[in-house]
Amino acid sequence: MNAATARLVLADGEVFEGEAIGASTVAVTGEVVFTTVMSGYQEVITDPSHAGQIVSFTAPHIGNCGTNPADSQAARPHCRGVIVRDLTRRPSNWRSTETLDGFLRRHGVPGIAGVDTRRLTRHIREEGSMPGAFGTADTAALEAAARSEPGTAGVDLVSQVTTAEPYTVGTGPGRIVAYDLGIKTTMLRRLGELATVTVVPADTSAADALALEPDGVLISNGPGDPTRAGGIIGEIDTLLGAGPVVGICLGHQVMALALGGRTYKMKFGHHGGNVPVQDLRTGAVEITSQNHNFAVEAGSVPGVTETHRCLNDGSLEGFTVHGAAAFAVQYHPEAGPGPHDSHYLFAEMDRLMSTAADPSAR
Amino acid sequence: MPRRSDIESILVIGSGPIVIGQACEFDYSGTQACRVLSAEGYRVVLANSNPATIMTDPDLADATYVEPLEASVLTRVIERERPDAVLATLGGQTGLNLAMELWESGTLTANGVELIGADAAAIATAENRELFKQAMIEIGLEVPRSGTARSLEEARSVVERVGLPVIIRPAYILGGSGAGMAATAEELNEVAAAGLAASPIGEILIEESIAGWKEYELEVMRDDRDNCVVVCSIENVDPMGVHTGDSITVAPAQTLTDVEYQQMRDAAFGVLRRVGVATGGSNVQFAVEPGTGRQVVIEMNPRVSRSSALASKATGFPIAKMAAKLAVGYRLDEIPNDITGVTPASFEPAIDYVVTKIPRWTFEKFPAASETLGPSMQSVGEVMAIGRTFAESLQKGLRSLEQGRLGLNADPAESAYDHLSDRHLLDRARIASPDRIFQLETLLRRGVAVDTLAAATGTDPWFLDQMLSITEGRLELGPVSPESLDRRGWRRVKRLGFSDGQLAHLWDRPEPEVRAIRLAQGIRATFKTVDTCAGEFEAHTPYHYSTYEDTDEVVPGHRPRVVILGSGPNRIGQGIEFDYCCVHASLALRDAGYETVMVNCNPETVSTDYDTSDRLYFEPLTPEDVTNVIEAEKPVGVIVALGGQTPLRLAGLLPPHLILGTSAASIDLAEDRQGWNNLCARLEIPQPAGGVAADLDQARAVTARIGYPALVRPSYVLGGRAMEIVYDDADLAAVMKAVKATAEPGALAREGPLATERPVLIDRFLEDATEVDVDAIRDHRGEVLIGAVMEHVEEAGVHSGDSACSIPPTNLSPPTVAVIEDYTSRIAAALDVRGPLNVQYAVKRSQVFTLEANPRASRTVPFAAKATGVPLAKVAARVMVGATLAELRAEGLLNRPALSDHVAVKEAVLPFDRFPEADAVLGPEMRSTGEVMGIDLTAGLAFVKAQLAAGTRLPAEGTVLLSLANRDKPLAVEAGRILASLGYVIAATAGTAAYLRSHGVVVTQDVVKIGADEPGHHAVDLIEAGQVQMVVNSPKGPGPRADGAHIRAAAGRAGVPLLTTGAAAVAAAKGLRDWKTHRPAVRTIQEYHRGVHANQLRLFGGPNRSDGSGP
Ligand SMILES: Nc1ncnc2c1ncn2[C@@H]1O[C@H](COP(=O)(O)OP(=O)(O)O)[C@@H](O)[C@H]1O
Ligand SMILES: Nc1ncnc2c1ncn2[C@@H]1O[C@H](COP(=O)(O)OP(=O)(O)O)[C@@H](O)[C@H]1O
Ligand SMILES: [Mg+2]
Ligand SMILES: [Mg+2]
Repeated sequence: MNAATARLVLADGEVFEGEAIGASTVAVTGEVVFTTVMSGYQEVITDPSHAGQIVSFTAPHIGNCGTNPADSQAARPHCRGVIVRDLTRRPSNWRSTETLDGFLRRHGVPGIAGVDTRRLTRHIREEGSMPGAFGTADTAALEAAARSEPGTAGVDLVSQVTTAEPYTVGTGPGRIVAYDLGIKTTMLRRLGELATVTVVPADTSAADALALEPDGVLISNGPGDPTRAGGIIGEIDTLLGAGPVVGICLGHQVMALALGGRTYKMKFGHHGGNVPVQDLRTGAVEITSQNHNFAVEAGSVPGVTETHRCLNDGSLEGFTVHGAAAFAVQYHPEAGPGPHDSHYLFAEMDRLMSTAADPSAR
Repeated sequence: MPRRSDIESILVIGSGPIVIGQACEFDYSGTQACRVLSAEGYRVVLANSNPATIMTDPDLADATYVEPLEASVLTRVIERERPDAVLATLGGQTGLNLAMELWESGTLTANGVELIGADAAAIATAENRELFKQAMIEIGLEVPRSGTARSLEEARSVVERVGLPVIIRPAYILGGSGAGMAATAEELNEVAAAGLAASPIGEILIEESIAGWKEYELEVMRDDRDNCVVVCSIENVDPMGVHTGDSITVAPAQTLTDVEYQQMRDAAFGVLRRVGVATGGSNVQFAVEPGTGRQVVIEMNPRVSRSSALASKATGFPIAKMAAKLAVGYRLDEIPNDITGVTPASFEPAIDYVVTKIPRWTFEKFPAASETLGPSMQSVGEVMAIGRTFAESLQKGLRSLEQGRLGLNADPAESAYDHLSDRHLLDRARIASPDRIFQLETLLRRGVAVDTLAAATGTDPWFLDQMLSITEGRLELGPVSPESLDRRGWRRVKRLGFSDGQLAHLWDRPEPEVRAIRLAQGIRATFKTVDTCAGEFEAHTPYHYSTYEDTDEVVPGHRPRVVILGSGPNRIGQGIEFDYCCVHASLALRDAGYETVMVNCNPETVSTDYDTSDRLYFEPLTPEDVTNVIEAEKPVGVIVALGGQTPLRLAGLLPPHLILGTSAASIDLAEDRQGWNNLCARLEIPQPAGGVAADLDQARAVTARIGYPALVRPSYVLGGRAMEIVYDDADLAAVMKAVKATAEPGALAREGPLATERPVLIDRFLEDATEVDVDAIRDHRGEVLIGAVMEHVEEAGVHSGDSACSIPPTNLSPPTVAVIEDYTSRIAAALDVRGPLNVQYAVKRSQVFTLEANPRASRTVPFAAKATGVPLAKVAARVMVGATLAELRAEGLLNRPALSDHVAVKEAVLPFDRFPEADAVLGPEMRSTGEVMGIDLTAGLAFVKAQLAAGTRLPAEGTVLLSLANRDKPLAVEAGRILASLGYVIAATAGTAAYLRSHGVVVTQDVVKIGADEPGHHAVDLIEAGQVQMVVNSPKGPGPRADGAHIRAAAGRAGVPLLTTGAAAVAAAKGLRDWKTHRPAVRTIQEYHRGVHANQLRLFGGPNRSDGSGP
């Protein structure tokens, strides 16, 4: 109850009061983003795509179900810090093994609670996501820290989250090579149902990947600026020529860049589990799970058919590549957290892989 | 697909009277539907028997049939209107059942009417529990084990398979009526028999009990492109076993991980697809085993429901409006989200606050009923509260209930359980009841562990721990002083939802002082916005709630603002009628150029639709919360006279210059016994003799002066609460004792801050007097408009809210009506009324007595408006902001009453079927939940229609059993004579039979006393044997369960029409006489308002129709 007073200060000088939770910190910095998911805080906190970011939850009660070993999206949290309105003291869920507070402490992630997160959300909505700092330091120190934080644009974050060594998961019949730009456990589970998945570091060459004779290649989600995603961009062309390729989130952006398209930083991105996306081929609307601050400029990518569009702001959400067995989407069909409406894309990937593997079906 | 152009006109079926389980949420949804369909250019035909609804306003549909919601009547409507389609998914279970009946009888097909929204196959799959379960198993979802039975033997064999305890439910019933739990073989017999009787198809479903599991609901929508969205998830604080309608519920769900939530979401869509709901909103209920996370499907409703109204208010996503659009062909992505304006409706709302719904019960009206909650819904209303945290919203919700509680604790009632040991209290809390939340709080305060309480009650530990944080806050605050609390401390306290009133109680300081100290610390309420998107997009609808945060989102207005205070939770005595008035005020004042600001906390209503007013504040109606709104909005005035007693009580606590219309002083004068008596004396308007008494001696002195019978009641109550008729000194002593007992916390005190020290009022009870209600409006120039004079069917002594009444009066002489109008005008002038006034009179032998006057809109305003075509509530609202009647006439708002030959009869609908233990007699304490209107060209026809609409089908032939108290016997003669002449067989109990015979009425069958040794049948036997088609039984005064009570109970069980007053019997007899000679006709109220002449009555060929068909 008598937690230490903490403050959050944004780079533009906006100050928010709260109290310290999780790992203790004098000042932690990062790009401040808000997510509107109403369930799945554990998944969000452990999502590697949040590397470099401080995540604020619009849902007021966070930690209600505690944490459990199964729902993490990576071995450890990747966000720099957590902002909540109210941290649950006594979680309740049959799978819970630890409180969120304990989990944050154990992993060294600081947090701030009691914040008027709605005010913060509205501020970011108006001013855009920006660097910020929070902790027990005084306001001036926090503001200085916030100003010196570079944010995510132009920063290589992928190298911080990608696997050091290849590893294999899954039991499905096919063979998939997954480029780990910050891949999530749920994605591996989904892919593992289709194939034996070899997860490779982000800087793996196309030749090395193709040497594994995959039925398909996945370019995963990941944090930050696609233009700083590293050598992968140069490998896409070769991969596309060799067989089915699927890009997810950052993977979608990377593929677009490789094909000659442009990406841009959004004002505050899409971070939530309720984003309506229309499949332009059928008119069907899927409610999607999203987590990105950069996007592909619609109409900028040569040689693709745009297949999906965000109904909230018209942004590009997916495309297929002409002359290749490849597609990419900006959102997270694997969910975790979020709705399962887009699971059909795994069937789609499976179909691409079996068609490619069976020349008679071409 | 865009709007369908192959249909032109659509029949919308409403849900009829307000009953337990089906309240004004269907007016909210139906109103939205009518508005949408009209705006889309369809011809809207509406059928609804409930005149107190907004949807039956003549401008909401092209043709509005205020006619009984009954298949034969709707068939006539369909034949007359020839609609292309019927939309039945917005009128509750009533609308759905009727549509199914019309479909099954072939009426829809024969008339080429399509069922839109959900088709018959989908409705059948969802509504038939057995079909539904099979369908669920087919798609791989788990359901509780179960079986159906059509007899007791079958029931027993099902139980052998599924094991006790079980839950038993009648098929085809709404709100869980007749459902019950059985843990033993005896209970099984009892509950199964009741269920078999309650089901319209004589079938029950027996299901393994999973009481104690967690209960959830998902509100889902689907369009014809198969796009599905979850609008809202709802988690019940009370576990399975307590009907969701009787549970405290929270949105969004709080204790599901994403994995579990998505599993539930997938299942909900699977249910929708399998059941085949083509378009629209549905609700799917789930149970989750707390220890394993196992999920089972409980049921789905293929229509909008009470929960969808709640979900709409909780999220800002208007489900009914969307459902109407989807039904005519639109897809979710083709409909914009009103609130953001830029995003489409094909999304799932994100919520950044916590919504708590708390039911409100009225057990005190049915003393015989046990206050145990179970699978059958018993609450009559609910409140919703929004806070940033559960703690805050729970405390706001509890103080919204207006039951004397200021929050979860820290008020005088927090000590209610001090006399109970932990163990006793825990034992009480094991049984679900309206007080359980407070029992749990007390146990937490005493240090009983969260886990102990969770195990005992099935309440999730998360909720209990949140409650514990409130309790800890309260314990910490006790020893400190308001001055010693720093800014941070204050903020923490207010964020836990503590009201200034609670703090004032804790610190024993006046509330204004507490508020002042708080404001000095800079802690004031901030208003946030319900915007469907957790702040991600800009919201364009000012739908606010208060909380204690950094910043406020209220945007200053441009036009002068008027705050309208709503009527809070529905309860017996104060329901939809007052919401109707508030909504009309908002519409009228908006038209007149004001910005309207609605404050209310009832999620079922039209007033809390964000579309109704310019601004909506979802807030408790307490001085503190209302003051916050006033400070934020800076209105030119506040309307307190349209929301019933709730806002009226606040009048004296708000700045006097802001009270629009009649002043707070005048309101007080009308409520104050002495002042009111003086006023009547000065005006020389007769009142029943009376006096006040503080104790029994004083009471005896009063009755010695005025004589018996006398009417005794506590002062300052609504709805005739705790009112008793006493016939002698012994009665008086008993009642005085009872009134004192009601002063205990928990009993009568529930009605709100009832000052129990206030004296008891005693009046001479006027026997056999005709009661009359008048609704009038007076403007500041002094002109008085008599809106309607309503003659009651039942004599004075039956609460005006429970009696039938007619416009125009049918028996009062013109001179008497003139006297009544004159008294009304003079009372209005003496009270300096500026706005609405309701006066009640009793007419005895042509002498007119006033019973009471209320300078506010009354329950009858909507009925009067529907009957006369004059928009009384709108006129009243305009008058309150300074318009004169003359100006309104010139403007065209105030029209002349319809020049027509019709008679409109209002009939009350009573909830005795929900409280089988209670005796179904009418008295001075109001117990009806809703009302209907019958309208036709004779009083008799209108009365019969009103009965039919209220669910009483008067028989076309057969035996009528008469058994009346002595004072009613002359009326029995009149009724008996008519009924005999119509060919009914008259049966009567001994005294009544003798009296009838001595007055020349033929009595064919003598009925013996119950338990008597004489040969012959007694009444209960006859009723149970199906040999009686109608019962007239009036009570012979209070006492033990006399024969009469058994007769009434038997009639109730057997579903035989029951009339409990002689006056109603006469009205029914006259009605049946008219019914037998006239062809039934349905007409719209628009036609009546234009004028329908008596020559449109069509007689059958002869004086007596021979086809035997009844109403
Ligand atoms: N198998 C069961 N065991 C225990 N309680 C049940 C069971 N099924 C339903 N209930 C309780 O009864 C209530 C009413 O049941 P429900 O099927 O929702 O009917 P309805 O809402 O149509 O009245 C539920 O809200 C739930 O609390
Ligand atoms: N003196 C009286 N004689 C007969 N009936 C009465 C008398 N006073 C009240 N009543 C009956 O009691 C009912 C309730 O009383 P009323 O004063 O209207 O209280 P409320 O404020 O609850 O409406 C009335 O509708 C009327 O039927
Ligand atoms: Mg239900
Ligand atoms: Mg009254």
